[in-house]
Amino acid sequence: MSSVTVDPAAEAQAATTAKVEIRAVHKTFGPLHVLRGIDLDVRAGEVTVVLGPSGSGKSTLLRTINHLEKVDSGTVSVDGTLVGYRRSGNKLYELRERDILKQRTRIGFVFQNFHLFPHLTVLENIVEAPVSALKRPRKEAEAAARTLLERVGLADKAEAYPKQLSGGQQQRVAIARALALEPGLLLFDEPTSALDPELVGEVLDVIKDLAASGTTMIVVTHEIGFAREVADTVVFMDEGRIVEQGPPAEVLDSPRHERTRAFLSKVL
Amino acid sequence: MSLTSDPPVTRAVEKEPVAGPELVVVPVRHPWRWVAVAVTAVLLVQFVHGLVTNPGWEWDVFAAFFTTETVLRAVWVTLQLTFHGTALGFAIGIVLAFMRLSASPFLRSVAFGYIWAFRSIPLIVQLLFWFNLAYLYKELSIGIPFGPSFLSFDTTGLVGEMSAAVLGLALHQAAYAAEIVRGGVLAVDEGQVQAAASLGIPRLRQVRRIVLPQAMRSILPNAANEIISLFKGTSIVSVMAIGELFYQVQVVYGRNGRVVPLLMVATAWYVLLTTALSVVQHYVERHYAKGSVR
Ligand SMILES: Nc1ncnc2c1ncn2[C@@H]1O[C@H](COP(=O)(O)OP(=O)(O)O)[C@@H](O)[C@H]1O
Ligand SMILES: [Mg+2]
Repeated sequence: MSSVTVDPAAEAQAATTAKVEIRAVHKTFGPLHVLRGIDLDVRAGEVTVVLGPSGSGKSTLLRTINHLEKVDSGTVSVDGTLVGYRRSGNKLYELRERDILKQRTRIGFVFQNFHLFPHLTVLENIVEAPVSALKRPRKEAEAAARTLLERVGLADKAEAYPKQLSGGQQQRVAIARALALEPGLLLFDEPTSALDPELVGEVLDVIKDLAASGTTMIVVTHEIGFAREVADTVVFMDEGRIVEQGPPAEVLDSPRHERTRAFLSKVL
Repeated sequence: MSLTSDPPVTRAVEKEPVAGPELVVVPVRHPWRWVAVAVTAVLLVQFVHGLVTNPGWEWDVFAAFFTTETVLRAVWVTLQLTFHGTALGFAIGIVLAFMRLSASPFLRSVAFGYIWAFRSIPLIVQLLFWFNLAYLYKELSIGIPFGPSFLSFDTTGLVGEMSAAVLGLALHQAAYAAEIVRGGVLAVDEGQVQAAASLGIPRLRQVRRIVLPQAMRSILPNAANEIISLFKGTSIVSVMAIGELFYQVQVVYGRNGRVVPLLMVATAWYVLLTTALSVVQHYVERHYAKGSVR
Protein backbone atom coordinates (compact mmCIF):
# COMPACT_ATOMS: atom_id res chain seq x y z
CA MET A 1 0.00 0.00 0.00
CA SER A 2 2.84 2.33 0.82
CA SER A 3 4.61 2.20 -2.53
CA VAL A 4 1.57 3.24 -4.55
CA THR A 5 1.89 6.91 -3.73
CA VAL A 6 5.51 7.11 -4.94
CA ASP A 7 5.35 9.84 -7.54
CA PRO A 8 7.49 8.68 -10.49
CA ALA A 9 5.76 5.31 -10.72
CA ALA A 10 2.31 6.82 -10.55
CA GLU A 11 3.22 9.40 -13.17
CA ALA A 12 4.64 6.82 -15.52
CA GLN A 13 1.47 4.79 -15.17
CA ALA A 14 -0.80 7.78 -15.66
CA ALA A 15 1.15 8.72 -18.77
CA THR A 16 0.60 5.31 -20.39
CA THR A 17 -2.94 4.70 -19.27
CA ALA A 18 -5.39 3.99 -22.05
CA LYS A 19 -8.94 4.89 -23.05
CA VAL A 20 -11.36 2.32 -24.45
CA GLU A 21 -13.99 2.82 -27.15
CA ILE A 22 -16.47 0.06 -27.93
CA ARG A 23 -18.77 0.61 -30.89
CA ALA A 24 -21.83 -1.44 -31.89
CA VAL A 25 -20.30 -4.75 -30.87
CA HIS A 26 -22.30 -7.88 -31.65
CA LYS A 27 -21.31 -11.42 -30.75
CA THR A 28 -23.12 -14.70 -31.24
CA PHE A 29 -22.34 -18.24 -30.15
CA GLY A 30 -24.24 -20.33 -32.67
CA PRO A 31 -27.90 -19.37 -32.21
CA LEU A 32 -27.15 -17.47 -28.99
CA HIS A 33 -26.96 -13.69 -29.47
CA VAL A 34 -24.76 -12.82 -26.50
CA LEU A 35 -23.79 -9.19 -27.21
CA ARG A 36 -26.51 -7.16 -28.94
CA GLY A 37 -24.95 -3.86 -29.90
CA ILE A 38 -22.68 -2.67 -27.12
CA ASP A 39 -21.47 0.95 -27.09
CA LEU A 40 -19.20 1.94 -24.27
CA ASP A 41 -16.61 4.62 -23.64
CA VAL A 42 -14.09 4.41 -20.85
CA ARG A 43 -11.96 7.47 -20.32
CA ALA A 44 -8.25 7.11 -19.55
CA GLY A 45 -7.57 6.62 -15.86
CA GLU A 46 -11.18 5.82 -14.99
CA VAL A 47 -12.63 2.81 -13.26
CA THR A 48 -15.72 1.26 -14.81
CA VAL A 49 -17.62 -1.40 -12.93
CA VAL A 50 -19.86 -3.72 -14.94
CA LEU A 51 -22.82 -5.28 -13.17
CA GLY A 52 -25.44 -7.66 -14.46
CA PRO A 53 -27.05 -11.04 -13.95
CA SER A 54 -25.23 -14.23 -14.82
CA GLY A 55 -25.28 -14.94 -18.55
CA SER A 56 -25.85 -11.30 -19.51
CA GLY A 57 -22.60 -11.24 -21.52
CA LYS A 58 -20.24 -9.46 -19.12
CA SER A 59 -17.37 -11.92 -19.50
CA THR A 60 -17.83 -12.07 -23.25
CA LEU A 61 -17.67 -8.28 -23.46
CA LEU A 62 -14.50 -8.21 -21.40
CA ARG A 63 -12.95 -10.94 -23.55
CA THR A 64 -13.67 -9.06 -26.77
CA ILE A 65 -11.66 -6.13 -25.44
CA ASN A 66 -8.41 -8.11 -25.57
CA HIS A 67 -9.58 -10.23 -28.51
CA LEU A 68 -9.78 -13.50 -26.60
CA GLU A 69 -13.19 -13.50 -28.27
CA LYS A 70 -13.61 -12.32 -31.86
CA VAL A 71 -16.53 -9.94 -32.46
CA ASP A 72 -19.07 -10.62 -35.22
CA SER A 73 -19.44 -6.94 -35.99
CA GLY A 74 -18.52 -3.61 -34.45
CA THR A 75 -15.14 -2.40 -33.24
CA VAL A 76 -13.14 -2.23 -30.06
CA SER A 77 -10.27 0.18 -29.75
CA VAL A 78 -7.84 0.73 -26.94
CA ASP A 79 -6.04 4.03 -26.86
CA GLY A 80 -7.20 4.79 -30.38
CA THR A 81 -5.83 1.53 -31.83
CA LEU A 82 -8.25 -1.08 -33.15
CA VAL A 83 -8.01 -4.39 -31.32
CA GLY A 84 -7.53 -7.42 -33.56
CA TYR A 85 -7.84 -5.52 -36.85
CA ARG A 86 -6.08 -3.02 -39.02
CA ARG A 87 -8.17 -0.48 -40.87
CA SER A 88 -7.40 0.53 -44.41
CA GLY A 89 -10.01 2.62 -46.15
CA ASN A 90 -13.34 1.02 -45.30
CA LYS A 91 -11.88 -2.45 -44.86
CA LEU A 92 -10.86 -4.19 -41.68
CA TYR A 93 -7.99 -6.62 -42.05
CA GLU A 94 -7.69 -9.25 -39.38
CA LEU A 95 -4.31 -9.09 -37.68
CA ARG A 96 -1.94 -12.03 -37.54
CA GLU A 97 -1.79 -13.85 -34.23
CA ARG A 98 1.64 -12.46 -33.52
CA ASP A 99 0.37 -8.88 -33.74
CA ILE A 100 -2.66 -9.66 -31.63
CA LEU A 101 -0.39 -11.14 -28.97
CA LYS A 102 1.63 -7.95 -29.05
CA GLN A 103 -1.52 -5.86 -28.56
CA ARG A 104 -2.46 -7.97 -25.55
CA THR A 105 0.73 -7.06 -23.74
CA ARG A 106 -0.83 -3.58 -23.33
CA ILE A 107 -3.95 -5.05 -21.70
CA GLY A 108 -3.88 -6.93 -18.41
CA PHE A 109 -6.55 -9.57 -17.80
CA VAL A 110 -7.40 -11.07 -14.41
CA PHE A 111 -9.56 -14.19 -14.45
CA GLN A 112 -12.16 -15.39 -12.00
CA ASN A 113 -10.23 -18.64 -11.47
CA PHE A 114 -6.76 -17.02 -11.48
CA HIS A 115 -5.31 -19.42 -14.08
CA LEU A 116 -1.84 -19.24 -12.60
CA PHE A 117 0.63 -21.66 -14.18
CA PRO A 118 0.74 -24.43 -11.56
CA HIS A 119 4.13 -25.86 -12.57
CA LEU A 120 5.92 -22.53 -12.23
CA THR A 121 6.79 -20.71 -9.03
CA VAL A 122 5.14 -17.40 -8.21
CA LEU A 123 8.20 -15.52 -9.45
CA GLU A 124 8.35 -17.57 -12.68
CA ASN A 125 4.64 -16.92 -13.25
CA ILE A 126 5.19 -13.18 -13.09
CA VAL A 127 8.43 -13.11 -15.07
CA GLU A 128 7.25 -15.33 -17.94
CA ALA A 129 5.45 -12.72 -20.05
CA PRO A 130 7.91 -9.83 -19.64
CA VAL A 131 10.76 -12.14 -20.63
CA SER A 132 9.11 -14.00 -23.51
CA ALA A 133 6.73 -11.37 -24.88
CA LEU A 134 8.58 -8.13 -24.17
CA LYS A 135 12.10 -9.64 -24.33
CA ARG A 136 13.11 -8.08 -21.01
CA PRO A 137 16.36 -9.35 -19.50
CA ARG A 138 15.46 -11.97 -16.89
CA LYS A 139 17.37 -10.25 -14.07
CA GLU A 140 15.54 -7.00 -14.64
CA ALA A 141 12.17 -8.74 -14.90
CA GLU A 142 12.80 -10.61 -11.65
CA ALA A 143 13.65 -7.43 -9.80
CA ALA A 144 10.47 -5.82 -11.12
CA ALA A 145 8.48 -8.92 -10.15
CA ARG A 146 9.74 -8.77 -6.58
CA THR A 147 8.70 -5.13 -6.35
CA LEU A 148 5.24 -6.08 -7.61
CA LEU A 149 5.01 -8.90 -5.09
CA GLU A 150 5.81 -6.42 -2.35
CA ARG A 151 3.07 -4.20 -3.67
CA VAL A 152 0.46 -6.97 -3.41
CA GLY A 153 1.82 -8.00 -0.01
CA LEU A 154 3.39 -11.32 -1.01
CA ALA A 155 7.10 -10.54 -0.98
CA ASP A 156 7.84 -13.76 0.93
CA LYS A 157 6.01 -16.05 -1.54
CA ALA A 158 8.27 -15.60 -4.58
CA GLU A 159 9.53 -19.19 -4.52
CA ALA A 160 6.20 -20.81 -3.61
CA TYR A 161 4.08 -22.76 -6.09
CA PRO A 162 0.51 -21.53 -6.69
CA LYS A 163 -1.08 -24.59 -5.07
CA GLN A 164 0.68 -23.73 -1.82
CA LEU A 165 -1.18 -20.41 -1.61
CA SER A 166 -4.69 -19.49 -0.53
CA GLY A 167 -7.21 -18.34 -3.14
CA GLY A 168 -6.78 -14.71 -2.16
CA GLN A 169 -3.01 -14.99 -2.41
CA GLN A 170 -3.27 -16.68 -5.79
CA GLN A 171 -5.47 -13.91 -7.13
CA ARG A 172 -3.02 -11.30 -5.87
CA VAL A 173 -0.23 -13.13 -7.71
CA ALA A 174 -2.41 -13.16 -10.82
CA ILE A 175 -2.84 -9.40 -10.49
CA ALA A 176 0.92 -8.96 -10.10
CA ARG A 177 1.41 -11.14 -13.19
CA ALA A 178 -0.90 -8.89 -15.20
CA LEU A 179 0.83 -5.78 -13.88
CA ALA A 180 4.27 -7.07 -14.89
CA LEU A 181 3.56 -6.00 -18.48
CA GLU A 182 2.83 -2.46 -17.26
CA PRO A 183 -0.48 -2.43 -19.11
CA GLY A 184 -2.40 0.79 -19.74
CA LEU A 185 -5.66 -1.06 -19.23
CA LEU A 186 -6.67 -3.70 -16.69
CA LEU A 187 -9.65 -6.02 -17.12
CA PHE A 188 -11.01 -7.94 -14.14
CA ASP A 189 -13.56 -10.71 -14.64
CA GLU A 190 -15.22 -11.36 -11.28
CA PRO A 191 -11.85 -11.37 -9.49
CA THR A 192 -13.34 -12.29 -6.11
CA SER A 193 -16.14 -14.67 -7.10
CA ALA A 194 -14.08 -17.81 -6.59
CA LEU A 195 -12.87 -16.76 -3.15
CA ASP A 196 -14.00 -17.63 0.33
CA PRO A 197 -15.76 -14.60 1.84
CA GLU A 198 -12.97 -13.84 4.30
CA LEU A 199 -10.44 -13.58 1.43
CA VAL A 200 -12.42 -11.13 -0.71
CA GLY A 201 -11.22 -8.06 1.19
CA GLU A 202 -7.51 -8.55 0.59
CA VAL A 203 -8.01 -8.80 -3.17
CA LEU A 204 -10.37 -5.81 -3.32
CA ASP A 205 -7.82 -3.78 -1.35
CA VAL A 206 -5.19 -4.45 -4.01
CA ILE A 207 -7.60 -3.46 -6.78
CA LYS A 208 -8.58 -0.26 -4.92
CA ASP A 209 -4.91 0.57 -4.66
CA LEU A 210 -4.50 0.18 -8.40
CA ALA A 211 -7.55 2.32 -9.04
CA ALA A 212 -5.96 5.07 -7.01
CA SER A 213 -2.78 4.85 -9.08
CA GLY A 214 -4.66 5.93 -12.20
CA THR A 215 -4.68 2.85 -14.43
CA THR A 216 -7.78 2.49 -16.59
CA MET A 217 -9.79 -0.45 -15.29
CA ILE A 218 -12.92 -2.33 -16.24
CA VAL A 219 -14.12 -4.56 -13.42
CA VAL A 220 -16.90 -7.11 -13.65
CA THR A 221 -18.04 -7.81 -10.11
CA HIS A 222 -20.99 -8.38 -7.84
CA GLU A 223 -19.38 -6.38 -5.00
CA ILE A 224 -21.72 -3.39 -4.83
CA GLY A 225 -19.81 -1.80 -1.96
CA PHE A 226 -16.65 -1.89 -4.02
CA ALA A 227 -18.47 -0.33 -6.99
CA ARG A 228 -19.82 2.47 -4.83
CA GLU A 229 -16.40 3.24 -3.39
CA VAL A 230 -14.15 2.92 -6.42
CA ALA A 231 -16.11 3.24 -9.66
CA ASP A 232 -16.24 6.39 -11.73
CA THR A 233 -18.92 4.77 -13.86
CA VAL A 234 -21.22 1.86 -13.18
CA VAL A 235 -22.61 -0.04 -16.17
CA PHE A 236 -25.57 -2.37 -15.84
CA MET A 237 -25.88 -5.10 -18.48
CA ASP A 238 -28.75 -7.44 -19.18
CA GLU A 239 -29.33 -9.86 -22.06
CA GLY A 240 -26.43 -8.58 -24.09
CA ARG A 241 -27.28 -4.90 -23.84
CA ILE A 242 -26.19 -2.03 -21.64
CA VAL A 243 -29.38 -1.10 -19.84
CA GLU A 244 -28.04 1.91 -18.02
CA GLN A 245 -24.81 3.57 -17.02
CA GLY A 246 -23.71 6.52 -14.95
CA PRO A 247 -21.99 7.51 -11.72
CA PRO A 248 -22.42 4.97 -8.92
CA ALA A 249 -24.64 7.26 -6.87
CA GLU A 250 -27.07 7.46 -9.77
CA VAL A 251 -27.12 3.85 -10.96
CA LEU A 252 -26.88 2.20 -7.56
CA ASP A 253 -29.06 4.48 -5.49
CA SER A 254 -31.67 5.73 -7.93
CA PRO A 255 -31.71 3.41 -10.92
CA ARG A 256 -34.00 4.50 -13.71
CA HIS A 257 -34.74 1.06 -15.10
CA GLU A 258 -36.90 -1.58 -13.58
CA ARG A 259 -34.43 -4.34 -14.46
CA THR A 260 -31.58 -2.56 -12.72
CA ARG A 261 -33.73 -2.12 -9.65
CA ALA A 262 -34.74 -5.78 -9.67
CA PHE A 263 -31.11 -6.89 -9.99
CA LEU A 264 -29.85 -4.60 -7.25
CA SER A 265 -32.54 -5.71 -4.84
CA LYS A 266 -31.22 -9.27 -5.31
CA VAL A 267 -27.52 -8.61 -4.77
CA LEU A 268 -27.74 -5.95 -2.07
CA MET B 1 -27.03 -48.21 13.84
CA SER B 2 -26.95 -44.52 14.48
CA LEU B 3 -29.45 -44.52 17.30
CA THR B 4 -27.04 -42.90 19.71
CA SER B 5 -26.29 -39.97 17.43
CA ASP B 6 -29.88 -39.23 16.44
CA PRO B 7 -31.67 -36.45 18.27
CA PRO B 8 -34.06 -37.90 20.84
CA VAL B 9 -37.15 -37.55 18.73
CA THR B 10 -38.60 -40.93 19.68
CA ARG B 11 -38.30 -42.63 23.02
CA ALA B 12 -34.89 -44.09 23.62
CA VAL B 13 -35.00 -47.78 22.68
CA GLU B 14 -31.98 -49.15 24.43
CA LYS B 15 -29.60 -46.73 26.00
CA GLU B 16 -26.13 -47.87 24.86
CA PRO B 17 -23.31 -46.94 27.14
CA VAL B 18 -21.43 -43.82 26.14
CA ALA B 19 -17.93 -44.69 24.83
CA GLY B 20 -15.60 -44.79 27.78
CA PRO B 21 -11.91 -45.51 28.24
CA GLU B 22 -12.56 -49.18 29.00
CA LEU B 23 -14.01 -49.91 25.52
CA VAL B 24 -11.74 -51.96 23.25
CA VAL B 25 -11.95 -51.91 19.44
CA VAL B 26 -11.99 -55.43 17.95
CA PRO B 27 -11.08 -55.43 14.25
CA VAL B 28 -13.08 -57.62 11.85
CA ARG B 29 -11.39 -60.97 11.17
CA HIS B 30 -10.73 -62.20 7.64
CA PRO B 31 -10.23 -65.99 7.87
CA TRP B 32 -10.48 -66.54 4.07
CA ARG B 33 -7.79 -63.99 3.45
CA TRP B 34 -5.44 -66.11 5.56
CA VAL B 35 -6.34 -69.20 3.59
CA ALA B 36 -5.59 -67.37 0.34
CA VAL B 37 -2.25 -66.17 1.71
CA ALA B 38 -1.29 -69.68 2.75
CA VAL B 39 -2.17 -71.25 -0.60
CA THR B 40 -0.33 -68.54 -2.54
CA ALA B 41 2.74 -68.91 -0.33
CA VAL B 42 2.89 -72.67 -0.87
CA LEU B 43 2.60 -72.28 -4.64
CA LEU B 44 5.29 -69.61 -4.61
CA VAL B 45 7.70 -71.75 -2.62
CA GLN B 46 7.10 -74.68 -4.97
CA PHE B 47 7.78 -72.50 -7.99
CA VAL B 48 11.04 -71.11 -6.60
CA HIS B 49 12.10 -74.58 -5.46
CA GLY B 50 11.50 -75.84 -8.98
CA LEU B 51 13.52 -72.99 -10.50
CA VAL B 52 16.48 -73.77 -8.29
CA THR B 53 16.48 -77.56 -8.22
CA ASN B 54 15.15 -78.64 -11.62
CA PRO B 55 18.29 -79.41 -13.66
CA GLY B 56 16.34 -78.59 -16.85
CA TRP B 57 16.92 -74.88 -16.25
CA GLU B 58 20.66 -75.47 -16.62
CA TRP B 59 21.71 -72.46 -14.59
CA ASP B 60 25.36 -73.13 -15.39
CA VAL B 61 24.64 -72.63 -19.10
CA PHE B 62 22.69 -69.49 -18.25
CA ALA B 63 25.64 -68.11 -16.29
CA ALA B 64 28.06 -68.96 -19.07
CA PHE B 65 26.07 -67.08 -21.70
CA PHE B 66 24.55 -64.20 -19.73
CA THR B 67 27.50 -61.86 -20.30
CA THR B 68 29.20 -63.30 -23.36
CA GLU B 69 30.17 -60.78 -25.99
CA THR B 70 27.58 -62.05 -28.48
CA VAL B 71 24.78 -61.51 -25.99
CA LEU B 72 26.07 -58.12 -24.83
CA ARG B 73 26.34 -56.93 -28.41
CA ALA B 74 22.79 -58.14 -29.04
CA VAL B 75 21.57 -56.24 -25.95
CA TRP B 76 23.23 -53.14 -27.35
CA VAL B 77 21.45 -53.57 -30.69
CA THR B 78 18.14 -53.97 -28.85
CA LEU B 79 18.79 -50.77 -26.89
CA GLN B 80 19.65 -48.90 -30.06
CA LEU B 81 16.46 -50.05 -31.75
CA THR B 82 14.48 -48.97 -28.71
CA PHE B 83 16.16 -45.60 -28.41
CA HIS B 84 15.95 -44.62 -32.07
CA GLY B 85 12.47 -46.05 -32.47
CA THR B 86 11.24 -44.11 -29.44
CA ALA B 87 12.98 -40.84 -30.29
CA LEU B 88 11.89 -40.81 -33.91
CA GLY B 89 8.47 -42.22 -33.08
CA PHE B 90 7.68 -39.56 -30.47
CA ALA B 91 9.11 -36.78 -32.65
CA ILE B 92 6.73 -37.75 -35.45
CA GLY B 93 4.00 -38.38 -32.87
CA ILE B 94 4.21 -34.85 -31.45
CA VAL B 95 3.89 -33.37 -34.94
CA LEU B 96 0.90 -35.63 -35.66
CA ALA B 97 -0.71 -34.72 -32.34
CA PHE B 98 -0.58 -31.01 -33.11
CA MET B 99 -1.80 -31.67 -36.64
CA ARG B 100 -4.83 -33.42 -35.15
CA LEU B 101 -5.39 -30.46 -32.83
CA SER B 102 -4.95 -27.84 -35.56
CA ALA B 103 -7.73 -25.71 -36.97
CA SER B 104 -7.06 -26.94 -40.50
CA PRO B 105 -9.39 -29.78 -41.55
CA PHE B 106 -6.80 -30.93 -44.09
CA LEU B 107 -4.01 -31.32 -41.52
CA ARG B 108 -6.46 -32.96 -39.11
CA SER B 109 -7.55 -35.51 -41.72
CA VAL B 110 -4.02 -36.35 -42.81
CA ALA B 111 -2.99 -37.00 -39.21
CA PHE B 112 -6.13 -38.99 -38.59
CA GLY B 113 -5.49 -41.05 -41.73
CA TYR B 114 -1.92 -41.77 -40.70
CA ILE B 115 -2.94 -42.89 -37.23
CA TRP B 116 -5.74 -45.00 -38.64
CA ALA B 117 -3.42 -46.70 -41.14
CA PHE B 118 -0.50 -47.41 -38.85
CA ARG B 119 -2.67 -48.67 -36.03
CA SER B 120 -4.38 -51.02 -38.46
CA ILE B 121 -1.30 -52.63 -40.01
CA PRO B 122 0.37 -55.29 -37.84
CA LEU B 123 3.90 -54.24 -36.99
CA ILE B 124 5.43 -57.38 -38.41
CA VAL B 125 3.75 -56.86 -41.77
CA GLN B 126 4.92 -53.28 -41.85
CA LEU B 127 8.48 -54.26 -41.00
CA LEU B 128 8.57 -56.72 -43.86
CA PHE B 129 7.31 -54.00 -46.21
CA TRP B 130 10.14 -51.68 -45.17
CA PHE B 131 12.62 -54.48 -45.47
CA ASN B 132 11.49 -54.99 -49.02
CA LEU B 133 11.32 -51.29 -49.84
CA ALA B 134 13.88 -51.68 -52.55
CA TYR B 135 11.38 -53.71 -54.53
CA LEU B 136 8.85 -50.89 -54.39
CA TYR B 137 11.01 -47.84 -55.01
CA LYS B 138 14.38 -48.12 -56.65
CA GLU B 139 15.40 -44.60 -55.72
CA LEU B 140 14.32 -42.04 -53.13
CA SER B 141 14.94 -38.39 -53.84
CA ILE B 142 14.62 -35.12 -51.98
CA GLY B 143 13.69 -32.06 -53.98
CA ILE B 144 10.75 -30.22 -55.49
CA PRO B 145 7.82 -32.64 -55.78
CA PHE B 146 7.55 -33.89 -59.35
CA GLY B 147 10.44 -31.52 -60.17
CA PRO B 148 14.22 -31.64 -60.06
CA SER B 149 15.74 -33.35 -57.06
CA PHE B 150 18.62 -32.13 -54.92
CA LEU B 151 19.51 -35.40 -53.31
CA SER B 152 18.76 -38.93 -54.21
CA PHE B 153 19.52 -42.29 -52.68
CA ASP B 154 19.63 -45.76 -53.88
CA THR B 155 17.09 -47.53 -51.69
CA THR B 156 19.08 -50.69 -51.29
CA GLY B 157 21.86 -48.70 -49.68
CA LEU B 158 19.64 -46.30 -47.77
CA VAL B 159 17.31 -48.71 -46.10
CA GLY B 160 19.75 -51.09 -44.57
CA GLU B 161 18.40 -53.72 -42.22
CA MET B 162 18.86 -51.56 -39.16
CA SER B 163 17.30 -48.44 -40.69
CA ALA B 164 14.39 -50.43 -42.04
CA ALA B 165 13.78 -51.80 -38.56
CA VAL B 166 14.07 -48.39 -36.86
CA LEU B 167 11.84 -46.80 -39.48
CA GLY B 168 9.21 -49.49 -39.09
CA LEU B 169 9.24 -49.33 -35.31
CA ALA B 170 9.19 -45.51 -35.30
CA LEU B 171 6.36 -45.12 -37.80
CA HIS B 172 4.34 -47.66 -35.86
CA GLN B 173 5.18 -45.99 -32.57
CA ALA B 174 4.34 -42.52 -33.93
CA ALA B 175 0.68 -43.44 -34.37
CA TYR B 176 0.37 -44.41 -30.70
CA ALA B 177 2.59 -41.57 -29.48
CA ALA B 178 0.41 -39.06 -31.34
CA GLU B 179 -2.69 -40.15 -29.46
CA ILE B 180 -0.89 -40.14 -26.13
CA VAL B 181 0.47 -36.63 -26.68
CA ARG B 182 -2.91 -35.39 -27.92
CA GLY B 183 -4.61 -36.81 -24.85
CA GLY B 184 -2.05 -35.09 -22.63
CA VAL B 185 -2.53 -31.74 -24.32
CA LEU B 186 -6.32 -32.03 -24.08
CA ALA B 187 -6.02 -32.75 -20.37
CA VAL B 188 -4.45 -29.33 -19.75
CA ASP B 189 -7.01 -26.81 -18.49
CA GLU B 190 -8.17 -24.47 -21.25
CA GLY B 191 -7.70 -21.53 -18.90
CA GLN B 192 -3.95 -22.09 -19.05
CA VAL B 193 -3.78 -21.30 -22.76
CA GLN B 194 -6.15 -18.36 -22.29
CA ALA B 195 -3.99 -16.92 -19.53
CA ALA B 196 -0.89 -17.37 -21.67
CA ALA B 197 -2.63 -15.78 -24.66
CA SER B 198 -3.89 -12.87 -22.58
CA LEU B 199 -0.32 -12.21 -21.47
CA GLY B 200 0.83 -12.08 -25.09
CA ILE B 201 3.23 -15.00 -24.68
CA PRO B 202 4.35 -16.10 -28.18
CA ARG B 203 2.55 -19.16 -29.54
CA LEU B 204 5.47 -21.57 -29.64
CA ARG B 205 6.48 -20.52 -26.16
CA GLN B 206 2.90 -21.15 -24.93
CA VAL B 207 3.21 -24.72 -26.16
CA ARG B 208 6.72 -25.38 -24.90
CA ARG B 209 6.63 -23.58 -21.58
CA ILE B 210 3.00 -23.72 -20.48
CA VAL B 211 1.15 -26.58 -22.21
CA LEU B 212 3.66 -29.40 -22.72
CA PRO B 213 5.15 -29.44 -19.21
CA GLN B 214 1.64 -29.79 -17.80
CA ALA B 215 0.64 -32.31 -20.44
CA MET B 216 3.72 -34.36 -19.49
CA ARG B 217 2.02 -35.40 -16.28
CA SER B 218 -0.55 -37.47 -18.13
CA ILE B 219 1.72 -38.27 -21.09
CA LEU B 220 4.50 -39.84 -19.04
CA PRO B 221 2.85 -42.95 -17.59
CA ASN B 222 1.44 -43.84 -21.01
CA ALA B 223 4.68 -43.00 -22.77
CA ALA B 224 6.62 -45.21 -20.37
CA ASN B 225 4.25 -48.06 -21.16
CA GLU B 226 4.85 -47.51 -24.85
CA ILE B 227 8.62 -47.39 -24.50
CA ILE B 228 8.68 -50.57 -22.46
CA SER B 229 6.40 -52.32 -24.90
CA LEU B 230 8.55 -51.11 -27.81
CA PHE B 231 11.63 -52.35 -25.98
CA LYS B 232 10.22 -55.84 -25.78
CA GLY B 233 8.61 -55.43 -29.19
CA THR B 234 12.04 -55.12 -30.77
CA SER B 235 12.14 -58.92 -30.56
CA ILE B 236 9.77 -58.91 -33.54
CA VAL B 237 12.64 -57.53 -35.59
CA SER B 238 14.23 -60.98 -35.36
CA VAL B 239 12.19 -61.88 -38.47
CA MET B 240 14.52 -59.55 -40.37
CA ALA B 241 17.59 -61.44 -39.17
CA ILE B 242 18.89 -58.44 -37.25
CA GLY B 243 21.19 -59.42 -34.42
CA GLU B 244 19.10 -58.10 -31.58
CA LEU B 245 18.75 -59.99 -28.31
CA PHE B 246 16.01 -62.46 -29.18
CA TYR B 247 17.43 -63.29 -32.63
CA GLN B 248 20.93 -63.79 -31.26
CA VAL B 249 19.69 -66.10 -28.51
CA GLN B 250 17.84 -68.17 -31.11
CA VAL B 251 21.02 -68.41 -33.15
CA VAL B 252 22.96 -69.64 -30.15
CA TYR B 253 20.45 -72.30 -29.08
CA GLY B 254 20.12 -73.33 -32.71
CA ARG B 255 23.78 -74.25 -32.52
CA ASN B 256 24.03 -75.79 -29.04
CA GLY B 257 20.46 -76.94 -28.44
CA ARG B 258 20.24 -75.39 -24.94
CA VAL B 259 16.89 -73.72 -25.56
CA VAL B 260 15.61 -73.11 -22.04
CA PRO B 261 18.67 -71.53 -20.40
CA LEU B 262 19.20 -69.29 -23.40
CA LEU B 263 15.59 -68.13 -23.37
CA MET B 264 16.22 -67.34 -19.71
CA VAL B 265 19.23 -65.25 -20.70
CA ALA B 266 17.02 -63.14 -22.96
CA THR B 267 14.27 -62.99 -20.33
CA ALA B 268 16.65 -61.86 -17.63
CA TRP B 269 17.97 -59.06 -19.80
CA TYR B 270 14.48 -57.89 -20.73
CA VAL B 271 13.44 -57.89 -17.07
CA LEU B 272 16.58 -56.11 -15.94
CA LEU B 273 16.33 -53.33 -18.51
CA THR B 274 12.59 -52.87 -18.06
CA THR B 275 13.24 -52.42 -14.36
CA ALA B 276 15.86 -49.80 -15.17
CA LEU B 277 13.34 -47.98 -17.40
CA SER B 278 10.77 -48.02 -14.61
CA VAL B 279 13.25 -46.43 -12.25
CA VAL B 280 14.01 -43.71 -14.79
CA GLN B 281 10.26 -43.21 -15.23
CA HIS B 282 9.86 -42.66 -11.51
CA TYR B 283 12.39 -39.84 -11.46
CA VAL B 284 11.17 -38.18 -14.65
CA GLU B 285 7.62 -38.19 -13.31
CA ARG B 286 8.82 -36.65 -10.09
CA HIS B 287 10.47 -33.88 -12.06
CA TYR B 288 7.25 -33.00 -13.87
CA ALA B 289 5.18 -33.16 -10.68
CA LYS B 290 6.73 -29.86 -9.58
CA GLY B 291 4.16 -27.57 -8.00
CA SER B 292 1.49 -30.24 -7.69
CA VAL B 293 0.10 -31.29 -4.36
CA ARG B 294 -0.89 -34.75 -5.47
N1 LIG C 1 -17.47 -20.10 -25.79
C1 LIG C 1 -18.82 -20.10 -25.68
N2 LIG C 1 -19.57 -20.92 -26.45
C2 LIG C 1 -20.91 -20.92 -26.35
N3 LIG C 1 -21.62 -20.15 -25.52
C3 LIG C 1 -20.94 -19.30 -24.73
C4 LIG C 1 -19.51 -19.24 -24.76
N4 LIG C 1 -19.11 -18.32 -23.85
C5 LIG C 1 -20.24 -17.84 -23.28
N5 LIG C 1 -21.33 -18.42 -23.80
C6 LIG C 1 -22.73 -18.11 -23.45
O1 LIG C 1 -22.93 -16.73 -23.62
C7 LIG C 1 -23.74 -16.22 -22.60
C8 LIG C 1 -23.06 -15.07 -21.90
O2 LIG C 1 -21.96 -15.59 -21.20
P1 LIG C 1 -21.00 -14.68 -20.32
O3 LIG C 1 -20.46 -13.59 -21.15
O4 LIG C 1 -20.02 -15.60 -19.69
O5 LIG C 1 -22.01 -14.12 -19.23
P2 LIG C 1 -21.69 -13.48 -17.82
O6 LIG C 1 -20.22 -13.31 -17.69
O7 LIG C 1 -22.43 -12.19 -17.81
O8 LIG C 1 -22.25 -14.42 -16.81
C9 LIG C 1 -24.06 -17.38 -21.67
O9 LIG C 1 -25.35 -17.85 -22.00
C10 LIG C 1 -23.03 -18.39 -22.00
O10 LIG C 1 -23.53 -19.69 -21.83
MG1 LIG D 1 -18.85 -14.21 -16.36
